[in-house]
Amino acid sequence: MKMAKYTAKRIVLMFFTLFVISTICFVLIRILPRELPQDKNLAQVIAARWDALGYNEPLLVQFWIYLKNIFTEWDWGTSWYIQFREPAWDLLTGRLLPTVMVNFYSLLISIPVGILLGIYAAIKKNKWQDSLISTSVMIFVSVPSYVYAFLVQYFLYFKLGWLPLQVYSLADAGGSWFTWKMFYSMIAPILALSFGTIAGMCRFTRAELTETLTSDYMLLARTKGLTRAQATSRHALKNAMVPILPMIISQFIGILGGSFVIEKIFAIPGVGQLYLQSITLFDYDVFMVDCVFYVFIGLLAGIVVDLSYGFIDPRIRMGE
Amino acid sequence: MAEKNYNHIPTDKFTFVNEGERLTDQKFDDKPVSYFKDAWIRFRKSKASVVATVIIVCIILYAFLAPLLITSHESTFMVNMYAKKPSRVASLREFGIMDGGVDRDFSEKGLVKAVAMGIGAEDWDGRGVSLEEGLASEYQPMLEIGEPKTVIGPGKKESKSFSGRIDSYLEVGFFYRSIKQDELQNILDWEAETGKKVLYPLIENNKWCMDNQDANYWYKSNKGTPVVTDENGKAKTIEYGEGMMLEDNYKRDANGDPIYWEYTGGGTFETAQLKVRVLYYNYYQYLYGSTPDYIMGTDSQGYDLALRIAGGIKLSLLVAVFVCVINFVLGSIYGAIEGYYGGTVDIVMERISDILWNVPFIVVATLFQIHLSQKLGAIPCLLFAYVVTGWISTASRVRTQFYRFKTQEYVMAARTLGARDSRIIWKHIFPNSLGTIITSSALAIPSTMLSESMLSFLGIVKLGTAESTSLGTLLADASGIWTNYPHLMIYPAIVISLLMICFNLFGNGLRDAFNPALRGVEE
Repeated sequence: MKMAKYTAKRIVLMFFTLFVISTICFVLIRILPRELPQDKNLAQVIAARWDALGYNEPLLVQFWIYLKNIFTEWDWGTSWYIQFREPAWDLLTGRLLPTVMVNFYSLLISIPVGILLGIYAAIKKNKWQDSLISTSVMIFVSVPSYVYAFLVQYFLYFKLGWLPLQVYSLADAGGSWFTWKMFYSMIAPILALSFGTIAGMCRFTRAELTETLTSDYMLLARTKGLTRAQATSRHALKNAMVPILPMIISQFIGILGGSFVIEKIFAIPGVGQLYLQSITLFDYDVFMVDCVFYVFIGLLAGIVVDLSYGFIDPRIRMGE
Repeated sequence: MAEKNYNHIPTDKFTFVNEGERLTDQKFDDKPVSYFKDAWIRFRKSKASVVATVIIVCIILYAFLAPLLITSHESTFMVNMYAKKPSRVASLREFGIMDGGVDRDFSEKGLVKAVAMGIGAEDWDGRGVSLEEGLASEYQPMLEIGEPKTVIGPGKKESKSFSGRIDSYLEVGFFYRSIKQDELQNILDWEAETGKKVLYPLIENNKWCMDNQDANYWYKSNKGTPVVTDENGKAKTIEYGEGMMLEDNYKRDANGDPIYWEYTGGGTFETAQLKVRVLYYNYYQYLYGSTPDYIMGTDSQGYDLALRIAGGIKLSLLVAVFVCVINFVLGSIYGAIEGYYGGTVDIVMERISDILWNVPFIVVATLFQIHLSQKLGAIPCLLFAYVVTGWISTASRVRTQFYRFKTQEYVMAARTLGARDSRIIWKHIFPNSLGTIITSSALAIPSTMLSESMLSFLGIVKLGTAESTSLGTLLADASGIWTNYPHLMIYPAIVISLLMICFNLFGNGLRDAFNPALRGVEE
């Protein structure tokens, strides 16, 4: 019951924060001067539409119209330049799938690999395997993702001679996002994304596991007669998972946000690219919905992580 | 005194040991170890951190000394013709390093064109120069020429292909330029002074001329394939090989002497423009007084890459240090007030920082850029964006520290003695959280550098100007073309990776030194 109350409180607070940030973003975006295209006929049409949509009203009225449209029709504004007269929400959701897919594949590889490496390093603590893993993790965590992107391109395309497979449209890839050709074209960005995640996951797992491995209940388990492997897998690993699982969950929510840099380098038509396009083309309605989207993802990840702690480990119940 | 009776010692036998001395505490033989010294001793023990610190110092020294030591160029020095060229230092060329060379495959036509640049450079008076002389010329762009291979092209046409290495600076070869009378006189003076040739004979625009815009086709050719002509004007194609003798296609006057300049524009004699054909490598020396020496090559626009990187490091450091200071000042004040007063103040302030914390930094940076970069410039806007969100994590750490220490006995004692709030905050509690603040400020450096380079890489913040640039911008410029010009990507990528790794190690070392209890905890 207390958990439900706590959850409700967090969700209300989340929407309050979202509202405040959206309001600030809205004001900052709407006071920007809007530019009309060069084409005179098009400019006339767009200007008339803007007038009809209330873009020339006072700011407060505009905000009221904006909120009303969202709550009554789920209308988040319209794209004027990226795709003329496409609803901004549709544009955003259309870009969601590529981002999610690339990041999801990457997580499928990197989380198990990262955790296994972390466990191995923790078990071999202070031996050469551990220092090797820890050193490379230090390097891999620090190096920026675009350097990985360059390295992946270099080794896959130039050293191994794999063709940089480009997919020009959905039809080119066989009409679906889930074809083999599509996956093949995604290998490079998936690899580029994975290095950092593997290193981060490995570091986190190692830190948590070394802590549980040295705790008293491990000593007890060994005195009881459990072998080292049994004690580690049944007791240490289970306890180490308490902070690791929420981290995995937050990673999975984070994939909605995707990675700007990787999307730019590999030309993935995802949310990050939409964001960059909306800035360069001054497509402010799209920019606004993208901003709100990113804020929402961040808030959601925070809440889910906090709550998941309570579900995973009943000892950590918030609000009690 | 044979008998020893210790049970009955007369009182007068006792004397005071320290009679007449003042009894005080003994002074320490050692100096007391202060908090910072203690941290320093611990920091010194971690070898990785020390190495990282040394590398950081080297990189910083490079950033500030590079303009003075390794090159004579100004940082705004830009030569368009020599854009995207790999590293080349004339004095190291003989040892086979930094020769400005690029490995490439050449068709026969392409090879003849490249080799002809060296022959043409020697043949400045139209006397005719053999292939061997041309290959030995210091202006010969071909560094190595491999054995010919036969390749079968489209249409089953057989052709020869040569692998080779070409000096991409000399590859620029000749080009046409329109100059005024006085510049012509200056060039002639310079030629006489140094003995180097800048002006070369103009080329006849006839059927033997492959392309009258390209000043490198100075030999008679049939659509690029070199030919020799007999008296009747009949042409015979020649192949690349020993003894190849290219026939020049120079413009000549009635006496048969080559022509070096001609009038192109009207006007008086003084203002008229003259068309000349110059060897760019020597023309560069005439213009800038030295051979083109670029330790790391040139960037995509023609700036000296070594200087651009130094500028990028400086910018990164400037931003990072600024954010570090902001973290320190704002974070500690905000966190101290939050943590010390608690209650409603804490709740309200925590809500504010929570809201700010949840705005993605990329959105903040973008909004600042769109709104203010026209008025204030890109860098101040970026710094403002960091002011808005940079301090929050430090503040929350300081807040935790204050919650921990404010209920301790010594604080109560201070309050009982009548100390003011500000005194308790800054004199009694704050020094306890100093280690935490220093650590989190130091760890803010690499993350700031990362986000700065990301933003400039994405083009959200446009930091590339004539004076300086950022590492992210350099990488963004390289991202589409680096497969052909790998040096554009390799040097900035190495520098930024090194910076990131070293600053992370340095920050971790600081953390372990200031909070030994946290050693090994990564998050």
